Amino acid sequence: MQIDDPAFWRAGAISTTVVMSAVLVMLTIDSLAAISPGGSHVPPYTVINVHIGYAYDGKLGRDMPVLGADEPLFGKPVTEAEAAALIERGKLVIQSRACMDCHTFMGNGAYYAPDLTKAWLDPAWDAWTAITGAQTKDDAMARFLMAPDQYATWQRKMPNLGISWQEAQATVAYLKWLSAIDTNGFPIHFGRIKVSQ
Amino acid sequence: MSRSKALAVKYLAAAVLFFGVMTLAGLLSATYYINPDFLFGYLHFSTAKILHIDTMIIWLLMGFMGAVYWFLPDEFGCEPAGIAAAEILFWVFVAAVLVVAAIFLFVQWGPAIESTLWLFQQGRKYVEAPRWAAIGIAAVMLVFAWNVIGTALKAHRITGLMAVMSVNMVPLVLLYLIALPKIDNMAVDLYWWWWLVHLWVEATWEILISCIMALTIMRLLGTSRRIVEGWLYIEISLVLGTGILGLGHHYFWIGTPDYWLGIGGFFSALEPLPLLGMVVHAVYDAGVHRMRTTNRPAFYWTLAEAFGNFLGGGVFGFMITLPQLNLFAHGTQWTVSHGHFAFWGAYACGVLSVCYIALQEQRRLATVDGPGWIWAFVLLNGGLVGMVGSLLIAGMAQAFFERAIGGSTLDAFIAGQENPWFRLGIYSRFGFGLMFAAGYLTLAWNLLAVGRQQSAAVARAVPAE
Repeated sequence: MQIDDPAFWRAGAISTTVVMSAVLVMLTIDSLAAISPGGSHVPPYTVINVHIGYAYDGKLGRDMPVLGADEPLFGKPVTEAEAAALIERGKLVIQSRACMDCHTFMGNGAYYAPDLTKAWLDPAWDAWTAITGAQTKDDAMARFLMAPDQYATWQRKMPNLGISWQEAQATVAYLKWLSAIDTNGFPIHFGRIKVSQ
Repeated sequence: MSRSKALAVKYLAAAVLFFGVMTLAGLLSATYYINPDFLFGYLHFSTAKILHIDTMIIWLLMGFMGAVYWFLPDEFGCEPAGIAAAEILFWVFVAAVLVVAAIFLFVQWGPAIESTLWLFQQGRKYVEAPRWAAIGIAAVMLVFAWNVIGTALKAHRITGLMAVMSVNMVPLVLLYLIALPKIDNMAVDLYWWWWLVHLWVEATWEILISCIMALTIMRLLGTSRRIVEGWLYIEISLVLGTGILGLGHHYFWIGTPDYWLGIGGFFSALEPLPLLGMVVHAVYDAGVHRMRTTNRPAFYWTLAEAFGNFLGGGVFGFMITLPQLNLFAHGTQWTVSHGHFAFWGAYACGVLSVCYIALQEQRRLATVDGPGWIWAFVLLNGGLVGMVGSLLIAGMAQAFFERAIGGSTLDAFIAGQENPWFRLGIYSRFGFGLMFAAGYLTLAWNLLAVGRQQSAAVARAVPAE
């Protein structure tokens, strides 16, 4: 087979595709194990029962989620099954309201509204707890989600998407769980810099 | 004209129509950045954005299908297998797109229950269409695949080009099925979603458009099949050799292990290679044939395809693909800049080239030329490059001020969006968007009008068969 024969390059195309596909399948098997709940990079859904922080890990050289003492959502610890149900409903809220077509999750989405990967950890919620008249951060987030058009964030307002109290609670649970995923340091510096407006 | 070519004309016409809807929805999306209160409470940014990106997928897909139905009878010397089903499904496809668009406009969202995903909205970027519509598209893809593979079986012969296209139909159908399930775990959801967005759109589509462009070059320049097929195999080796693991650049930050930083960074940095090959190929062929062709618009859109794909997909992609840069550029308007340039260069220009090839044969024109297509070409490419540059400025401002300096919180996001450089980019993008829209109108007019008089003269001189 000569180099100017298309059959030579056809053999190259087939072998390259087969080899690369096989490597991708192997990496996929390993990655799916790492990102299943309770895997090395993704916490179990019951992580919503504890305090979650985000700090620089000198050994790894990047920001990492840090799990702390008990801190149940809405003051009530949940079982594994209850946590899974909350996450399932939270994801349904995110999809049924097309959150990804304004916001981004892990940087993927529509870029019109803030990234929500670490939204649970955003220092802005300290102020928003008072603005919404809530006692706690989780309560403030739920109140905001139910009537975002009543709270003028800035020029761009979030529209009212008819989110019920149960749906808001599930969404807050989802965002808390999401913030505990090891995203290889993305976003960098989150919550450690004060922005002067 | 054969039934397959008549169907191709319908698909290409529908593609150009939805290209217009995409442009209009894009202008609408850009308006919200300038005036966030625009239509607030009635039609939100998310709906405009969904219409913009989903009609982009639809018009390109319809354009590819039109191109394949156009070349199929020439390649096999017979009507495609299952052409009757394809003809019916065209109308089903168009009707389904219109119904889904109406749902997006008038229903917009539903409660957090499974039936919302079935009836109204799936809410995953690019995969917003409800499940019933996604199943419909899968059915259209299945019949499309049968039209290609079945025709090869029926004709008892196959060319290298058609063999590649036939094999490519299998992942084209299978990967689309990822549009259907709901996965609670966002990390796993995004893992598979990128198979749909990267491997379906950027790999199977890339192979499909490579086959279409190979047929186009043979038609426009008379390049020999042996040369074209050799190049096609080289391109496939490079596209899939770099692109399959280049998928890893989407796995930097979604919760996947950190080995993807090295694998994704390395292989995606090589992804411009096949695109550079396309440029070399196009320039060489054009030079050898002394730029002579009977269809200048098709020829120039082919050149725009090669250069646009290399610059938009390759160079602009390379800019943000290494993890050290992507950490700051990811999820900003910088990504949007790359996305606009890449889709335009990789796919849109190729579809427009085929439109002019089909038009030449359909209207029996000896040559296709004139000032109309030049105006459309300049306005569309100028508008697109202007939008890309504007979004690049906005994205760089975001990367600096929101990501690197601000730390990506809500306050940092707002500071980035209000930064004067970001605002400059956003206003400038809108201006170039208007230029692009003017280009679209010129293109639509030119496609309708070009050669009509000449065609009538030829028809009088040469009676139709």
